Amino acid sequence: MSAPLDPVYKTDALIAEDIDKYLDVHQHKTMLRFITCGSVDDGKSTLIGRLLYDSKMIFEDQLAALEADSKKVGTQGQELDFALLVDGLAAEREQGITIDVAYRFFATEKRKFIVADTPGHEQYTRNMVTGASTADLAVILVDARKGVLTQTRRHSYLAHLIGIRNIVLAVNKMDLVGYNREVFEKIVADYRAFASSIGITDFVALPISGFKGDNITTLSPNTPWHAGPTLMEHLETVEIDAAHDAAKPFRMAVQWVNRPNLDFRGFAGLISTGTVKPGDAIRVLPSGKTSTVSRIVTLDGDLKEAVAGQSVTLCLADEIDCSRGDVIAAAEAPVQAADQFEAVIVWMDEQPMLPGRPYWLKLGTQTVSATVTEPKYQVNVNNMDHLAAKTLELNAIGSCNIATDRRIPFEPYGENRELGGFILIDKMTNATVGAGMIHFALRRSDNVHWQATDISREHHAALKNQKPAVVWLTGLSGAGKSTIANLVEKKLARMNRHTFLLDGDNVRHGLNKDLGFTAADRVENIRRVGEVAKLMTDAGLIVITAFISPFRAERDMVRGMMQPGEFFEVFIDTPLAEAERRDVKGLYKKARAGQLKNFTGIDSPYEAPAAPELRVDTTAMDAEEAAEAIVRMLVP
Amino acid sequence: MSLTHLQRLEAESIHIMREVVAEAERPVMLYSVGKDSAVMLHLAKKAFFPSPPPFPLLHVDTTWKFRAMYELRDQAAREAGMDLLVHQNPDALEKSINPFDHGPLHTDMWKTEGLKQALDKWGFDAAFGGARRDEEKSRAKERVFSFRSANHRWDPKNQRPELWHLYNARKNKGESMRVFPISNWTELDIWQYIHLEGIRIVPLYFAAPRPTVERDGLILMVDDDRFPLRPGEEPQMRSVRFRTLGCYPLTGAVESTADTLPQVIQEMLLTTTSERQGRAIDKDAGGAGMEKKKQEGYF
Repeated sequence: MSAPLDPVYKTDALIAEDIDKYLDVHQHKTMLRFITCGSVDDGKSTLIGRLLYDSKMIFEDQLAALEADSKKVGTQGQELDFALLVDGLAAEREQGITIDVAYRFFATEKRKFIVADTPGHEQYTRNMVTGASTADLAVILVDARKGVLTQTRRHSYLAHLIGIRNIVLAVNKMDLVGYNREVFEKIVADYRAFASSIGITDFVALPISGFKGDNITTLSPNTPWHAGPTLMEHLETVEIDAAHDAAKPFRMAVQWVNRPNLDFRGFAGLISTGTVKPGDAIRVLPSGKTSTVSRIVTLDGDLKEAVAGQSVTLCLADEIDCSRGDVIAAAEAPVQAADQFEAVIVWMDEQPMLPGRPYWLKLGTQTVSATVTEPKYQVNVNNMDHLAAKTLELNAIGSCNIATDRRIPFEPYGENRELGGFILIDKMTNATVGAGMIHFALRRSDNVHWQATDISREHHAALKNQKPAVVWLTGLSGAGKSTIANLVEKKLARMNRHTFLLDGDNVRHGLNKDLGFTAADRVENIRRVGEVAKLMTDAGLIVITAFISPFRAERDMVRGMMQPGEFFEVFIDTPLAEAERRDVKGLYKKARAGQLKNFTGIDSPYEAPAAPELRVDTTAMDAEEAAEAIVRMLVP
Repeated sequence: MSLTHLQRLEAESIHIMREVVAEAERPVMLYSVGKDSAVMLHLAKKAFFPSPPPFPLLHVDTTWKFRAMYELRDQAAREAGMDLLVHQNPDALEKSINPFDHGPLHTDMWKTEGLKQALDKWGFDAAFGGARRDEEKSRAKERVFSFRSANHRWDPKNQRPELWHLYNARKNKGESMRVFPISNWTELDIWQYIHLEGIRIVPLYFAAPRPTVERDGLILMVDDDRFPLRPGEEPQMRSVRFRTLGCYPLTGAVESTADTLPQVIQEMLLTTTSERQGRAIDKDAGGAGMEKKKQEGYF
């Protein structure tokens, strides 16, 4: 074994001599979270392994296992392969790459460190953004032999995007370029030119070798031209964001209301910025109600003051409405509340973003329904160019407008990560599909006011002597929707009801002729039909629609648009085999032959309704009976 | 005022526990009586004070824990004002599954199967666990909110991204969450916090003379008369303590005279073997042992 194995960093002088003193020192450490970003071969895992090793976080049995592993699968010949310490999952060990976010821990006398190890592959933007979201600092690794690469630019852009203020440019593998100062300085100059172009005004550049240990914990004799600091020195002394956050106005998102009995009502939450003291005037958002803090309650007794980063329970002097999702803020500097935003979104799911489809949006402690518009542009993360885009695919980043179904308290991400960052959750799969950062609220919602009309929807309905409704027929192509819809309308007309039939094929000839059959276009198709149907119910009509409408999320979206009790989802249930056998329009044949793409039931899914108002089994009843059942539901 | 690392870790753990209580329908805290469980219980008391923690404790029992653990378990739950639920896998009980005769089957039936049975039996949709990312390589990549399918499986390739302090706790019926509030704590953090907060832990963590035998490289404590002695084996009194606690026949002791917390911490810091080495469980399936167990539903 020829790797340099002398641990150079002493953390344990006091352990043997005076354990109580040691514990006292270590109880007063601060904590720094950082990420390391680099390409597959930049030596990232090796560097982290080195930090663990030098701060004595590796035990003898792990070292023995490491030696054995190094010989078996290591990439460093007979030397210790530190990368094996941090590459966790079995599959990764075989592939020799890191493929997810892993968190590592080490500590010195001054600080505890949490390192997010994030991969450098292009398809894993998601992972880097995840790892960076909680980091105070980013170490951008560059291979001294290769200089600033596309990946370097991408990682720097992402770190900056996610709001990391402290950037370290670690020029690694200096041993392989003979510790050449010119090489180092050329890379730093290249990086500076790029960094300032994307708004990174300050960074610290260090010449290192993770493998040999140069300038990691001690200044290297191989780089006498580098005056310092070492990587470890810098990590130990750089200002952490928590200190920065304490100086901002007070904000706390309410997580949970604590009510053990009638005499106690406390609001539990994590303080995101600022400080709070009993007697402080506060304002609850979005309601705008004000009060003062009466107590800061903890198990260890009431506090005189609490600061950003602490989890506390606040009691207020007045009985005001306040619940999970609300934000308690300094009264003189409250946060804003809005329902339309411009935001940067990072898409994290295999299924592309669908503009118009409602997703759950979680920001702070509130979860609301939200829709996203088509991106204004997508960012090419390799050169920061803006590209036109209809949607965002996995790992794409773009600027979009977002509309929530109610006003939510927030702050721009640049001012407050906790109240400006959000995730998007698919309503069907519950997967976290995107992450976003709010730039600002759109004033459009304030400027477009509803025109109050004198003839109300109730008046329209009363004139027609009927209750408006939307009868939404959904089912496979060829299930019989149009036939049944037509019969329903005829029956209602005979009963002197005012109706209108919106048929899928007909609408696509006009209103929606610009739309195709991709998942995104299908969503927009249904959204427009929903809006039209809604206007018609305002006019007092009974609207019958016949659309395949294959996705549950869009049917639920339309349901959400209507007045309660006015939406009737009718599942025209015909098995695929039966619909295909009928094939009245010859479409299944074309789809099977591959001439028709994205055909529901063949190469595009149909999500059956979970709880429709009515299910019509067309194998058990004919169209006439089905229409009769629907009419009976509407006019009992 | 700058928060210390322990204050920040505490605040993060409390925040996680409150998120679960706010979003889950039926949370439960897995309680194994070890030092990590002791810290979890303490954090839960802090998170919900002055209310008692609004969920029960669940002990998935193997019937083979140290006697001292059973004593502390019942006392700790009572003092916290929480319900204690104990589940013993009836199949394992019937077949008298034990660590001496059944090897890996012991862990599989009592713990992995027992846990699934217990979660299903009471319909818990979120279970707090005390796992830490520094314990083992596959844990380092697990999320704080770890999603499990309806049959309790973990899919390491398909984990939800976790950003900022935003945890996605949404799931469909039958699916569940395992939640790890002390993910970011290290072994040293745990010990320091126990020291700082004066948290009570099982006396087995402190050195004392105990009856032991040496077997297959491990020092095992003869905690009761179910321990089958091999020919020639004679329990000897040794001054030992335990760095981690599990089933007594599977948990190796270390020879030690450390009988105060600072001394235990001192030994931990000066020691040269990692925490889980005293446990036989990780070595069962080669290097990827724990990862495989976790996919199958082990905590």
